[in-house]
Amino acid sequence: MNLAVNNQSLMLALGLVVIALAIGWKEKLGIDRDMIVGVIRAVIQLFVVGYLLKYVFRLNNIWLTTILILIIIFNAGYNAKQRSNGIPRALPISIGAILISTSVTLGVLMLAGAIKFIPSQMIPISGMIASNSMVAIGLCYRNLNAQFKQERQAVMEKLALGADLKDASKEILRDSIKTGMQPTIDSAKTVGIVSLPGMMSGLIFAGVDPVRAIKYQIMVTFMLMSATSIGSVLACYWAYRGFYNDRKQLTI
Amino acid sequence: MSLIELKDVGYQVGGTPILQNINLKINAQEWVTLSGPSGGGKSTLVRIIASLLSKTSGTLTFDGQPIEDYDPITYRRRVSYSFQQPTLFGDTVRDNLSFPYQIRQLPFDERRAVSGLEYVGLAASDLDKGVNDLSGGQRQRVALLRNVMIYPEVLILDEVTAGLDAENKAFVWSLVEHFNQDDNLTIIAITHDQAEIDAAKRLITIEDGRIVGGAE
Repeated sequence: MNLAVNNQSLMLALGLVVIALAIGWKEKLGIDRDMIVGVIRAVIQLFVVGYLLKYVFRLNNIWLTTILILIIIFNAGYNAKQRSNGIPRALPISIGAILISTSVTLGVLMLAGAIKFIPSQMIPISGMIASNSMVAIGLCYRNLNAQFKQERQAVMEKLALGADLKDASKEILRDSIKTGMQPTIDSAKTVGIVSLPGMMSGLIFAGVDPVRAIKYQIMVTFMLMSATSIGSVLACYWAYRGFYNDRKQLTI
Repeated sequence: MSLIELKDVGYQVGGTPILQNINLKINAQEWVTLSGPSGGGKSTLVRIIASLLSKTSGTLTFDGQPIEDYDPITYRRRVSYSFQQPTLFGDTVRDNLSFPYQIRQLPFDERRAVSGLEYVGLAASDLDKGVNDLSGGQRQRVALLRNVMIYPEVLILDEVTAGLDAENKAFVWSLVEHFNQDDNLTIIAITHDQAEIDAAKRLITIEDGRIVGGAE
């Protein structure tokens, strides 16, 4: 393997941050503090994660791996909730949707023999699934909020004609689920021709034959489709009722 | 017994009263016209009657039963509310006229839709016309037709003729007359139009959230 990053080369690469800082300072962007905090946080977080993963991989314990996956899912759910802008019960909805989308996807991958229940595979793959599900759910929430506001009168008119909540919200639900899945579909369309995504790049970087590396990337594409669709559908269907009260009236 | 009866109905938002002490009885097949200055609470009142809002005090009964005893969806199919400047759904007139059937899981009665269109002065071929190709008057007629494709018992009209020219106004009004006279629908109509106010069979005036004339 030709992996040669050492502490010295990292210090030299820090020069790249200095360039960014210089631009920020010269253009008076007012983001130098943010940049410095960002860089310091990234370095600390990655060092901690690096040592933690090294320990976990060496221990190779089922329970510890499961707990780490659950922590990833909780964090992803908490982050998705931050995008909910007041949607009731957004935290349990987000965690539930990410938990199910991650479990189903991981389960299928394991049954198919694509991955094994060992920490060095389960943890990075769970992180990828949960974070994509998290982004999709965040987009769903934003779209639900925007659409219920924008389509308020149309929804009220449907209710006034005697539609139930699902019929009154159908277009909004459909649109929100689509919005949640769109980035995954778009990146599936351009994978390999615009970017060489993380999984594949990492393997190629580590010296794996590109023809083998793409097989993993194909697996990632499939799993992200499944994760974002399950996550979006569950989150939208669980969340939309929060826009109505128990007398089935729109409350926005 | 009155079909709709309001006793001391009030509605407030964050401590600000919008409606106070509303006492009103409406009989089946009656035609009640509501008028009064803008912001006086007329729309709020009819939305409460249509179960799109819930009163914050008092009692409201429909057919002798408190409104809370009804499932809101079933109730709204009996007490239908038509908006000022309605939104048309989907792409075509058909999408709108079939909506009442869709939500009841009934097959679309195309014959009834066509005769309805002809009755409101549109053509059978307009069934597949795009909603964006309709004039303001045509949109209002399609929306009204949507409310009565499957007859409700009460039809609430919230300034449905506002913004229409005289000819369209008269036409829409003659339709409402037909619903009331021939099909025995109870009509509750909000209007600012002087001719409609003058022609009212029973006029109720609402000002500053209170009934100031017409209720008994």
